Amino acid sequence: MSADRSIDDVVPRETTWTTGTIITKEQPTPDQVRLRLHVDDRQHHDPGQHYVVRLRAPDDYTAQRSYSVASDDDDPLVELLVERFPDGEVSGHLADVAEVGDVLEVRGPIGRWFRWDTRTPAVCLVGGTGVVPAVSMLRTARRLGRRDLLRVAAVGRSPEHLPYAAELARAGALVAYTRHDDGDRARGVATVDELAPLAAAAEVAFVCGSPRFVALATPLLIEAGVDPTTIRVEQFGATG
Amino acid sequence: MPVTRGFFRKRAQGPEGRIPPGQYDTGSGWPVLTAEATPRIDPADWSITVDGLVEEPTTWTWDEAHRLPSATYSGDIHCVTTWTKLDMVFRGISVDDLLAAARPRPEARFVLAHSSTGYTTNLPLEDVTGGKAWVVWEAEGKPLTPEHGGPARLLVPHLYFWKSAKWVSRLELLAEDQQGFWERNGYHDRGDPWREQRYQGDA
Repeated sequence: MSADRSIDDVVPRETTWTTGTIITKEQPTPDQVRLRLHVDDRQHHDPGQHYVVRLRAPDDYTAQRSYSVASDDDDPLVELLVERFPDGEVSGHLADVAEVGDVLEVRGPIGRWFRWDTRTPAVCLVGGTGVVPAVSMLRTARRLGRRDLLRVAAVGRSPEHLPYAAELARAGALVAYTRHDDGDRARGVATVDELAPLAAAAEVAFVCGSPRFVALATPLLIEAGVDPTTIRVEQFGATG
Repeated sequence: MPVTRGFFRKRAQGPEGRIPPGQYDTGSGWPVLTAEATPRIDPADWSITVDGLVEEPTTWTWDEAHRLPSATYSGDIHCVTTWTKLDMVFRGISVDDLLAAARPRPEARFVLAHSSTGYTTNLPLEDVTGGKAWVVWEAEGKPLTPEHGGPARLLVPHLYFWKSAKWVSRLELLAEDQQGFWERNGYHDRGDPWREQRYQGDA
């Protein structure tokens, strides 16, 4: 893989629909579902990429949504973290109905831009469920012995609302809670002073979260010294 | 492909013939999706250029563009992230009028739409001619907000909405198709929602 400095360097790759079997299903909180899938004819993925999950009704009606991959490419299973939205058509099914052994239609990996090449010094500012691609980046960096290349700041309301909070903290990420005092740090979004040292060596920056989070996080990174042209954004909404 | 155990259609079907396969009616919401930092562009600094394989490369400022005949699109838009929004009203100018002034050369067959952010998206020329594409600065009677591509965006509503480049600044006419941002990212070169052309590899 090359270090894509510009979208012009990115080479598209075709993907096709395949099937994935749910091997484990956990609900760390009522609003989060962690699925680990065995994917047939699986392709390699880079940290930051996502999969599409498609559900098919008996009348051939379909609904599909994209979910970031949390796992490292080296993991025998593909791990997806699904946030359950109120009335979420797909997330509701995955949370309430899906069981271990169920077969889902999946397609991936998708996304050739929001991915870390594992070689370029990078900073992630991620919020809520948006931490998932950063988890994949951290797992990959750990396997490759390149933890020094990747700095992560994760923002959540509280430990209960931040997926992978413990794993992120163990990996040395800055974890900022906006509605929870954790003793070391007063509540609040990551500050420019906290971000500046994380961003100092970064040549690429990844921002992932809700549109509201992205609108807040992007100017913060720029204020912390990040070149706006190096910022790659992934945002998602409550589309269920 | 297998039926998903325990999954059934729960949503209302939506008006007949208006919701493409795999899409759902988002109702009153208009989700925002971008891959870059949202730029704040003063209309005084905005312009639209048509160049490449044309006889008369032309640039219109904000005021000049507003002196072209006003054009309105009323209808539906479809985002590849699976929402469809019905009965939108956009106002701006027709891409046909821009092309009529710039006069495409016979060998021009594709368009690469550029945004001032560096975003690009590719389209066959025939998908932006014949009353199918606009440059718009108003949505639902209000100025287009920066999140939705304001001050002006391309509008090609018969294709997935990533083709409707936000913050559009340039239409470059080409003889050969040249992939844009999402297309290099893995999304389809044409993006017809009725054929579900979402990703590279879809027929």
